[in-house]
Amino acid sequence: MRDLPGPAILLEQLRFRWQRQAPLCLDIPALDIQAGERVFLYGPSGSGKSTLLGLLGAVHQPESGRIEVLGQDLARLSGSGRDRFRVDHIGFIFQQFNLIPYLPVLDNVLLPCRFSARRRARAGQDHGRQEARRLLEALGLEGEQLGRQASQLSVGQQQRVAAARALIGSPELIIADEPTSALDADRQDDFLELLLQECAAQGTTLLFVSHDHRLAPHFTRELSLVQLNGARP
Amino acid sequence: MNALFGLALKSAWNRRLTLGLTLLSIALAVTLLLGVERTRVAARASFSQSVSGADLVLGARTSPVQLMLYSVFRMGGATNNIGWDSYQAVIRHPAVAWSIPIALGDSHRGFPVIGTDAAYFEHFRHGRGRSLSFAQGRPFDGLFEAVLGAEVARRLGYRLDQAITLSHGSGELKQSEHGDKPFTVVGILAPTGTPVDHSVHVSLEAIEAIHLDWQGGAPMPGVQISPEQVRKFDLSPKTITAALIGLKQRTAVFKVQRHINSYPKEPLLAVLPGVALDELWRVVAMVEQALLGISVLVVAVGLAGLVAVILASLNERRRELAVLRSVGAGPRHILALLALEGASITLAGLGLGLLLLNLAAWLAGPTLEARLGLTLALQEVSPAELKLLGAVFLTGVLASLLPAALAYRQALTDGLTPRL
Ligand SMILES: Nc1ncnc2c1ncn2[C@@H]1O[C@H](COP(=O)(O)OP(=O)(O)OP(=O)(O)O)[C@@H](O)[C@H]1O
Ligand SMILES: [Mg+2]
Repeated sequence: MRDLPGPAILLEQLRFRWQRQAPLCLDIPALDIQAGERVFLYGPSGSGKSTLLGLLGAVHQPESGRIEVLGQDLARLSGSGRDRFRVDHIGFIFQQFNLIPYLPVLDNVLLPCRFSARRRARAGQDHGRQEARRLLEALGLEGEQLGRQASQLSVGQQQRVAAARALIGSPELIIADEPTSALDADRQDDFLELLLQECAAQGTTLLFVSHDHRLAPHFTRELSLVQLNGARP
Repeated sequence: MNALFGLALKSAWNRRLTLGLTLLSIALAVTLLLGVERTRVAARASFSQSVSGADLVLGARTSPVQLMLYSVFRMGGATNNIGWDSYQAVIRHPAVAWSIPIALGDSHRGFPVIGTDAAYFEHFRHGRGRSLSFAQGRPFDGLFEAVLGAEVARRLGYRLDQAITLSHGSGELKQSEHGDKPFTVVGILAPTGTPVDHSVHVSLEAIEAIHLDWQGGAPMPGVQISPEQVRKFDLSPKTITAALIGLKQRTAVFKVQRHINSYPKEPLLAVLPGVALDELWRVVAMVEQALLGISVLVVAVGLAGLVAVILASLNERRRELAVLRSVGAGPRHILALLALEGASITLAGLGLGLLLLNLAAWLAGPTLEARLGLTLALQEVSPAELKLLGAVFLTGVLASLLPAALAYRQALTDGLTPRL
């Protein structure tokens, strides 16, 4: 079911609030993103972009409505099923880069391969080591830097490591939450170029979140969360 | 799981200081727990090994525990002696194989003096049935000859041919010296780890001889009998304090006991050493329980430390665990990760504790053995200790599962959107 072209993401009547008494944070009647699309999602700070991504990654559960990712209804997954599904099929680049501080760069990138046989298999020989090096090199990290602990990296470097970790093992869907916020202009271009190139090469669906509307032209579609969202948080 | 092991290791290394301290506190707690347990066992062993050969202990009628205490362990004074004739009469029973008479009451510089006979060196057994052996010299033979226990010789620095004098009673009073009748040391026993080491042995006749010119615990005024003259007197013993009795067959023990206890001419008491010791243990059980209770508390404190450290580090690890879950580590991985850490820390703590204990036993063992007769040898872990260790281990693992459960509940939602 997953390798057939079709909607990569399908939302119906999605409602979400943070607490029972809180006002609705998200209220999205419908959204679908086709496999292979590269979508730019923008909206002001606090508009609920990260929250939506969390819902798509099965980190949060909606109050009502239906979320289908790569043909899988997320509500039908158990807790550990969600963990499995996430690592097997989604590359997440979180807004906070979320590296393991005491692990070297290379090991951080290889984490998904450790826990997912599928990602490991897709990452190629040597348990994905060569692939990890290639990605890191393309992102401007190489040599001695690969052995350094993540805690000793600059913020921009951490962001690039997180990107390599999302890309390794070619997941079908990449969800990136403001991955370029800490990069200088040149790096930002390199980064975007690599990300788009990888996605195009693998036919990966990309959902890219930013409040920087200038990046929009690189993508096949742009979405405004404010327009999508019926709720006004 | 393989992937997890390396991660757990690196993560733990990242927090090595706190984990190291926890490990140390568990180790010390375990050392204490096992130390108390071993001392308890050693104390019991040293008591029962002091009479390993005897089937019955005979004395004047008193409480069995008291008879054991003064006759075998030389603690406290005898209340009554028994007549030599009665003694001779009861040991004539056909089931009796041997018997060792013991006359107490004198001392040498704080060490008790035992009046006895050759049977002592032949039949006394200690430890697992070992007989006495001489480090130097031989058993006493002449009237004023003495054989020293190993500790007496060591502590007072005595050699063979040394002249010593005995004191009446425990020797607090200056005028109660038997100064006119010095003894010559003719033998020094090898160490046994029993009260024998702390005893000075002379013949029953010698005890009789030094008390010839005494009456009621003091020298008779105006009467002085020199060592040369005493030999002219009848020195055969009139009374003894107690006797250790060996039987030809253990099965006869109750018959002989009844025979002795119903001896008509004098109230006598025969006790089975094992039974009397059990009674003694019941008396001291409370103290033992208290000690054990304290060390269990210490272990509990050590484990509480483990839980506290894991819980505290959970806060800083929340992020780490959330990241792991975001890259696909499932609940069972997280659970395994924390449990693995808890289990290895507890296990390492147990190992280190055992190591410390054996180190302590190795360093302090000889001193303890000499001073208290406690044998804390390097030994294998006994089944009882294994139970204690197992309990500590289980508690440790369970203790680390509690934070693991907490961690699992929090991991994703909290970890990926960290609060300020
Ligand atoms: N854990 C939380 N508990 C309660 N409310 C939350 C939580 N996280 C976010 N919110 C609220 O939900 C709303 C949307 O937050 P979200 O993080 O999705 O915004 P965003 O669009 O990603 O903003 P930014 O561009 O700054 O990252 C905000 O009003 C925020 O206060
Ligand atoms: Mg956000």
